[in-house]
Amino acid sequence: MQPTIPHPMIPQPVFPEAAEQKNYLNEKYGAWSWLMTTDHKRIALLYLLSITFFFFIGGFFALLIRLELLTPAGDLVQADTYNKLFTMHGMVMVFFFLIPSIPAVLGNFLVPMMIGAKDLAFPRINLLSWYLYIIGGALMMHCMLTGGVDTGWTFYTPFSTGFTNTKIVEAGIAIFIAGFSSILTGLNFVVTIHRMRAPGMTWSRLPLFIWAHYATSIIQLLGTPVIAITIVLVAAERALHLGIFDPKLGGDPLLFQHLFWFYSHPAVYIMILPSMGVITEIIACFSRKRIFGYHFVAFSSIAIAVFGFLVWAHHMFVAGISVYSALVFSFLSYAVALPSAIKVFNWTATLYKGSIHYDAPMLYAFGFLGLFTIGGLTGLFLSALGIDVHVTDTYFVVAHFHYIMVGGAVMGYLGGIHFWWPKISGRLYPEGWARLAALIVFIGFNLTFFPQFLLGYMGMPRRYYDYSHMPEFQILNVMSTAGATILGVGYLLPMVYLLWSMRRGKPASENPWNAAGLEWKTASPPPTFNFDEEPVVTWEAYNYDELDAPHKEEVPVAK
Amino acid sequence: MLNNFPLWPDQASTMASRVDALYIFLLLVTGAMALLVFACVAFFAARFRHRPGVRAEQIEGSNALEITWSAIPFLIFMAIFGWGAFVFFQERTPPADAAEVYVVAKQWMWKVEHAEGQREINELHVPVGRDVKLIMTSQDVIHSFYIPAFRIKQDVLPGRYTVEWFRATKPGVYHLFCAEYCGTQHSGMVGSIVVQQPADYEAWMNGASTGPLSASGEKIFAELGCSTCHRSDTQGRGPNLQGVFGKPVQLDDGRTVTADENYLRESILDPGSKRVKGFQPIMPTFQGLVSEEQVNDLVAYIKAISLSKPINGAKTSANRAVSGDSSDTEGQTPPLPSGSKVQ
Repeated sequence: MQPTIPHPMIPQPVFPEAAEQKNYLNEKYGAWSWLMTTDHKRIALLYLLSITFFFFIGGFFALLIRLELLTPAGDLVQADTYNKLFTMHGMVMVFFFLIPSIPAVLGNFLVPMMIGAKDLAFPRINLLSWYLYIIGGALMMHCMLTGGVDTGWTFYTPFSTGFTNTKIVEAGIAIFIAGFSSILTGLNFVVTIHRMRAPGMTWSRLPLFIWAHYATSIIQLLGTPVIAITIVLVAAERALHLGIFDPKLGGDPLLFQHLFWFYSHPAVYIMILPSMGVITEIIACFSRKRIFGYHFVAFSSIAIAVFGFLVWAHHMFVAGISVYSALVFSFLSYAVALPSAIKVFNWTATLYKGSIHYDAPMLYAFGFLGLFTIGGLTGLFLSALGIDVHVTDTYFVVAHFHYIMVGGAVMGYLGGIHFWWPKISGRLYPEGWARLAALIVFIGFNLTFFPQFLLGYMGMPRRYYDYSHMPEFQILNVMSTAGATILGVGYLLPMVYLLWSMRRGKPASENPWNAAGLEWKTASPPPTFNFDEEPVVTWEAYNYDELDAPHKEEVPVAK
Repeated sequence: MLNNFPLWPDQASTMASRVDALYIFLLLVTGAMALLVFACVAFFAARFRHRPGVRAEQIEGSNALEITWSAIPFLIFMAIFGWGAFVFFQERTPPADAAEVYVVAKQWMWKVEHAEGQREINELHVPVGRDVKLIMTSQDVIHSFYIPAFRIKQDVLPGRYTVEWFRATKPGVYHLFCAEYCGTQHSGMVGSIVVQQPADYEAWMNGASTGPLSASGEKIFAELGCSTCHRSDTQGRGPNLQGVFGKPVQLDDGRTVTADENYLRESILDPGSKRVKGFQPIMPTFQGLVSEEQVNDLVAYIKAISLSKPINGAKTSANRAVSGDSSDTEGQTPPLPSGSKVQ
């Protein structure tokens, strides 16, 4: 008998040698048992399938964008089609992949296990959040298949409310609904982390993954309602001609940008903070060390969440805000850069005197360190007012945020998927292929996006369909497109070998990495309620000292 | 091939070298920071790679180190912030005596009007060595007036004026881009900035003039009947506009505002919103009755009678039509780049 997942692409793993052992995968069978599940681990898998689907949709749009830009003239698609492509690429990747990626998959799977709980605080609300995501996603798919949107994912007014005939309201509703899915996930995590920690699991014994998710959840809870309100206002102006943003109706177009970025800047931290949490776990495990400066890393997550709400207008330095507000927001942008820098320094210091293993998750962590550092440092350029005037709305910005969101968030996501894959699937992935994929992603990524920094300083504006007036930009664009092709291969590879490993991979032991953390103290895959008996925590986080103590035999790291 | 592969945009304004200096400083500082992090990671990863029998040494942390690597970057950040703000202040402070050029953006073209009356589309001629201030507005959506060779950019909004300025330093033809996404032909909303030697520029200016904007404004001012209330004495039902530009104005609701371009514009299109103290709310709105170009003309006129400068060429004002958009193609308008459309 085989359990049925509501997705034909993923074959279900069979566990011949563990046939008698019940776990969350074989506890119940049938599509119904998945669609009605309240098990956080099953919901995490539902999310994994759905966001992978959207990742490849968004990636397909990206590939078409890069192909169009291979030549200066607009020759592959029509101008309107191109505008829809980058709009849908942004919307799908931001709202349907990046924001749910780590929290809804790895967070859902791991938050209860890491704190020693049986499930999240509100299991049914957790399922509801997946359904909201799916309804939002289905609406977005419908919107894309019946015409799409051409405003850019930023929906700037008055273009979006009065000058485009595309399906703004439908896309808005899709994002509105998906936003509630995000709010409910955040709510669930906050309550779970506060109320459901196992005995002895104090705040300063929490894995830093949990701190990162706690900070993320606060942003989701407080920020997301603002984008929901903004979408309602856009729909009201579009449908009812209420004068909110369009000056012709008595509105103020800058009001929209303030509201939009009040959510959408913190949303960047929704994407990157969980990834920072993943990287922290991986670096600790593969250096066999406790994290250097635990409290600084923990509180820097909270600091990022708080300061993240105070820097939105750095997207608007040339939008027509006053010189003095620009000054304030530039200053605060440097304030939010500091906690990120502190994290990078602490990760680096953790490596010092470690015992470092080069397994695939660690390669992703190294990749993250490199790419996130470049992404963060180029943020200093953009926060410098005098330079921002020149490079904002150019490819410099495109390169910068891809270094953060793809170089940072997606590297962390892939690293995390590999690291916890034995726990999720009960199987080991093929290490050689995984290392190769990490290398390909790193090379492809840099080749795609580094030339865009140069393009941006040269002055190439973003969202240009046709650059035949400036053929001097072509060589860098060709490099970028070549890189994107390599990057695409790098993303397809894990899809293939992870699927393969579900059937053919070696069965994983309880703790194949000999890693710290409660999630490794239960079976792989875990039973439905995670632990056979409630764990009692008597040790600090990252107790690699005890795990590697000489009286224990050295556990070989899985290959 | 490398001739066609520049890595640095032209430096063609006084601002370009200032922005580039800060950029190079940032490249060096961030390059050093990145190198430091990468070197540490690479060195630790190699030096402390796993060896059988050698255990990791557990280190809790170090407050001294944390404070050091917070404080030093913070000081560096503040230096960058200060320098960036200083350059920004220069970018955002047009010299008082700058030549004024009005820009009206629309999907998908740039309409340019020099104060002296020359009109251009998707081109802007300027002389080397003169401060030029652009007073910009949009007829429809948000655009952004971006000249990479000058390192300046400013969004152009409907319903208000935004301003940017530059002083060109090197003759040549430079890209003008729309940098804020504005719809289908966003990437076609490009043009050229033609920087000329003063003599060439004078020759170009004398090619054909339709009279200064302020003269057109004076004509519109009379035609629309503005002068019946805004008289040049104290007897009018509206405020006397002589000398009002740039001065503080007491409003009916007790506030005081400066009568800048945006205030004049707002008072024409939405007179009730900031009414001058002591006057009745009797002025009708001119929203929809005057085009963006005519508002610009009126503003130019009110400025001219305020600054007590002689109105250059006022006598030639009669030959310029007041009929708005149809005049786009008048005069010496240069040939249009392919793809742009005149409406």
